[in-house]
Amino acid sequence: MISLFLLVLAMAFVTYIPRLVPLLWLRDVKLPPFLKRFLLFTPYAVLASLIFPGILQATNSLTSALAGGVVAAALALLRANLMLVVIGGIAGVYLVDALL
Amino acid sequence: MATPVSQMTPIPNKDAFRSGMRAGIPVAVGYIPIAIAFGLLAKSFDMPNVITLAMSLFIFAGASQFIGVQLIMAGSMYWEIILTTFILNLRHFLMSASLSQRLETTSNRFLAAIAFGVTDETFSVASTRDESTRGHFVLGLNLIAFLAWNVGTWIGVFLAFGLPASVQTSMGIALYAMFIGLLVPSLTRKPVIVVAAIAVLTQAILYFGVSPFIPLSSGLSIILATMVAAGIGALVYKEDEA
Repeated sequence: MISLFLLVLAMAFVTYIPRLVPLLWLRDVKLPPFLKRFLLFTPYAVLASLIFPGILQATNSLTSALAGGVVAAALALLRANLMLVVIGGIAGVYLVDALL
Repeated sequence: MATPVSQMTPIPNKDAFRSGMRAGIPVAVGYIPIAIAFGLLAKSFDMPNVITLAMSLFIFAGASQFIGVQLIMAGSMYWEIILTTFILNLRHFLMSASLSQRLETTSNRFLAAIAFGVTDETFSVASTRDESTRGHFVLGLNLIAFLAWNVGTWIGVFLAFGLPASVQTSMGIALYAMFIGLLVPSLTRKPVIVVAAIAVLTQAILYFGVSPFIPLSSGLSIILATMVAAGIGALVYKEDEA
């Protein structure tokens, strides 16, 4: 239990460092335009990389994971609130798993 | 995006903080089912409750908490878990660097507090809001997301066992549905579409083409795909189209 807790602290430490270092020490550095554009594109690149292929193993079956993803994407296209997108995704998975 | 904030009368810190909390409500509300799913997953692996709650309190990073619990229960070596966590969260370096270019706040203690709350979701909201030059705005945004994440974890650990098993497994999709909800509405500009498509293509090549032969952690492939996609985007789209 103690060692598990120390592991959590170590995980917290290595999570915090990449969040902290740029805010404390990159502020006065004038970033070159390329790097600036790179940083502006980063969130979209990260989100896309997180979704695929991770989503394929998110549930019991590939079919229900894809169904949940499609429902979430459709709701997001309709500009639904983020919570609706999440709940819709869960409902899509639930229904497909229940039917198959 | 580039509203000349300096020409407007600055709003008081308290109002900026409140406005940040309001901007964070969709993220907070979206975090609850994901955090419940995390609590449930940890519970289903017989993770001690105090460890699960401590993860949300001290780590506050959805993807690495999910993967962390799975690695712990698969009996992975601790150094391997710590390294995977680090690699998976290196992406926050880029987000914090982007934030550091916007924020007018200079107090180190304040910046250290903001840094703790940088996530994919809070950053996505911050980078679409002009007010995010204000430290108080970003702090309010991050704080409400953090509170929701922890409340959701408590619900998942202590209350959600009452849910039917089929609902519990369906919640595995929650994290990905949230990523989709954040990405899809941004897919209206061509550069963003191209960058997202390159990221998915790179991931597909790594997943189907490389990882069967060379072991590649999911954290490492996320970093590679991100660098390739954002790098190509920055090379191809010279004007400030991002």
